[in-house]
Amino acid sequence: MKTRLANLRQVPPTALFGIVIVILYIVLAILTPALTPYSQREIVGGAFLPWTSAHPLGTDSLGRDMLTRLLYGGRNTLGIAFVTTILAFAIGMAAGLVAVTVGGWLEPILSRIVDMLMSIPQLIFKLFLLSIFGTSIPTLILVIAVLDSTRVFRLTRAAASSIAVMDYVEAARLRGEGPWWLMTREILPNITAPLIAEFGLRFCFVFLAIAALSFLGLGIQPPLADWGSMVRENATLITFGDITPLIPAAAIAVLTISVNFIVDWMLHKSTGLKE
Amino acid sequence: MSDPTALLKLRDLRLDGQGASGTTHILRGIDLDLAKGEVLGVIGESGAGKSSLGLAAMGFCRNGCRFAGGSANFDGNELIGARPAVLSGLRSTRIAYVAQSAAASFNPAWRLIDQYCEFPVLRGLMDRKAAEKDAIEIYEQLRLPNPKEIGFRYPHQVSGGQLQRAMTAMAMSCRPDLIIFDEPTTALDVTTQIEVLSAIRSAVNELGTAALYITHDLAVVAQMADRIMVMRHGEVVEEAATRTMLDAPREAYTKSLWAVRNIRPPAKPLPPTDTAPLMQISNVTAGYGSNDTALQDIGFDVHAGRTRAVVGESGSGKSTAARVIAGLLPPRSGEVRLDGQLLPPDYRKRSRDQLRKVQLIYQMADTALNPRQRIGDIIARPVSFYAGLRGRALRERVREILSDIELDPDTYMDRSPAELSGGQKQRVGIGRALAAEPQFIICDEVTSALDQIVAENILTLLQRVQRDYGLSYMFITHDLSTVRAIADDVTVMQRGKIVEQGTATHILECPQHEYTRKLLASVPEMDPDWLSKQVSGVDSIV
Repeated sequence: MKTRLANLRQVPPTALFGIVIVILYIVLAILTPALTPYSQREIVGGAFLPWTSAHPLGTDSLGRDMLTRLLYGGRNTLGIAFVTTILAFAIGMAAGLVAVTVGGWLEPILSRIVDMLMSIPQLIFKLFLLSIFGTSIPTLILVIAVLDSTRVFRLTRAAASSIAVMDYVEAARLRGEGPWWLMTREILPNITAPLIAEFGLRFCFVFLAIAALSFLGLGIQPPLADWGSMVRENATLITFGDITPLIPAAAIAVLTISVNFIVDWMLHKSTGLKE
Repeated sequence: MSDPTALLKLRDLRLDGQGASGTTHILRGIDLDLAKGEVLGVIGESGAGKSSLGLAAMGFCRNGCRFAGGSANFDGNELIGARPAVLSGLRSTRIAYVAQSAAASFNPAWRLIDQYCEFPVLRGLMDRKAAEKDAIEIYEQLRLPNPKEIGFRYPHQVSGGQLQRAMTAMAMSCRPDLIIFDEPTTALDVTTQIEVLSAIRSAVNELGTAALYITHDLAVVAQMADRIMVMRHGEVVEEAATRTMLDAPREAYTKSLWAVRNIRPPAKPLPPTDTAPLMQISNVTAGYGSNDTALQDIGFDVHAGRTRAVVGESGSGKSTAARVIAGLLPPRSGEVRLDGQLLPPDYRKRSRDQLRKVQLIYQMADTALNPRQRIGDIIARPVSFYAGLRGRALRERVREILSDIELDPDTYMDRSPAELSGGQKQRVGIGRALAAEPQFIICDEVTSALDQIVAENILTLLQRVQRDYGLSYMFITHDLSTVRAIADDVTVMQRGKIVEQGTATHILECPQHEYTRKLLASVPEMDPDWLSKQVSGVDSIV
């Protein structure tokens, strides 16, 4: 325990800032229902009310409490982004590891499919798929997860193929181990560092993608709160010099920067690079 | 000992390294005097600080290291703490450096002669024309073939031995007063090494250059140096003129180094060869890709309880033979039989029992052990995989194996490979092979990455477990002293073919084939006159 504390002191201030912010976001997201007396769908007063003690950030275009929607927006977007990232990793890692371990004709086929998916501009492709399949939350998760898994696939394949040529993997193959053992015991534990860093970055991109899609009206649908759509719905306020619509945008920015700080530090540690 | 006219004077030189685990003392107070034109051999095991000493003699330390005290004086110039401009003026013109791996030290995009001329021209010592002429002279002196043309080739177009000589030539381009050789022949085959050694020695003598010759090979240093310095743990153990040092080493550590050289295995009753062989390789031809033939119609037997050494230089196909036997490279023709039973050419088609009986031990213990698994788990896996042991029985068996490879189970069971030394890792590699309870083990250069004393211990261990479990070994090596120490039978390979094979005594005592004789004659001996004898012998043949 003592060494853990000592290690914490060696964490650079940027990473520490990132960790604190991310923990804060998570705590707020979990505690949201307890923190606010209103619901995210509830109309509590007139539209665009100014900041008061009852409504610290005023109300939105429909007269819903802005702070409540900000909190719920974080909860919704964070939750969906997290599930999506996990799914993207499950698909990408599994495909990448199978391509390297089993190899043969499977590897070029998987790689070409991924190339195909990646050759279409991501945001346009997502918009296209969402307008075909509709904008329910499961579709949203699935579309983003499948398209983002391509990058996870590439990273996994690159990292895994440098491990797969190691003598200890050869020794395991010669022992007669099956692909499951090779993937989970011999290869995966040795590529966790880049994958964890990628997880942080991928989470940011997924989060931004959801916000962007919501801003464009194809992401999380009203009346569910979401930071992207909140910016759009209240954008007119900016013309009146009110900064309220910028708060959800700032929330997105702060989270993205914080995650990047943490990832930077972890990459630093895992590659052993000094300054 | 202190000589006022000394070219290089180190006094109480200290070098510290900063790592994740704190400060380590790499050099702990080195005193050294090197006279003009003198060759000082520096020997020691890996980690003794030899290379750091070599770099420090140029006033250089690697990233993450710093000089912690003492002085290094080169011909009146203090190197420690000198301005970079002063240092770079001295380096290459007055001090030069020859690295172990010439292949990694040349710029692959430039021709050899361009790289030779770079410094003399840059320093204004000669113009390009004169430098080129000079290069050809030096190439000639270093006995490079076609000295007039070889400089106009790119690094990948010449062999390793030639490249090493081209690098030595480059070091001599500005006629430095001191050249630091850091293991220049370690990566070369023995027959190439002898050429490079004699070329370096005569060139150094002719130009009157002083040299620090760093190596771990005693026999090499005996040929090259006027004086020998033995290093250990960043300190000087002993220093004396070459002949004195060889005849009468004073310190216990030096004596132990010398003793290792002369070790011979205890005479054992040889297992008979009149029974059916355990491993039978016949008429195997194999290659990577359709046009390449790395193995041409090779065949040999290995009998139960015996060791067959497969000897040859790099590229002779000895590792390819191992891959064919292991099933990693299905041969184009020919067959591999174990106990009379035909083994499927592809390992994926072999039964679990067939896989179990043939095990491999790798050269690089670093890459042979999964860094994310603990030692106990690495050894436990073959046991549970093949024998199906679980829980307590498994733990007991792993402890048994660890004791067998002379690692204390309580200490090492839960360690990760990174916490072990090179020799200990290699022991774990052996333990993993033993855990499968095999009949036949392929040892692929298992000792060539290890220091001599450690290597001897590994060989002793291999011999003991062979006796205990009646194992057969196929022992791939390029090192003939290893062959002497453990082989019962020897196969000599050259360019994918077997040139000669027979019992070890037969091959080593009365080799029939010319190549075998050359190979045997190229192994350096401790006699300081050995190189001269060999070279004059070669010359007289020519």
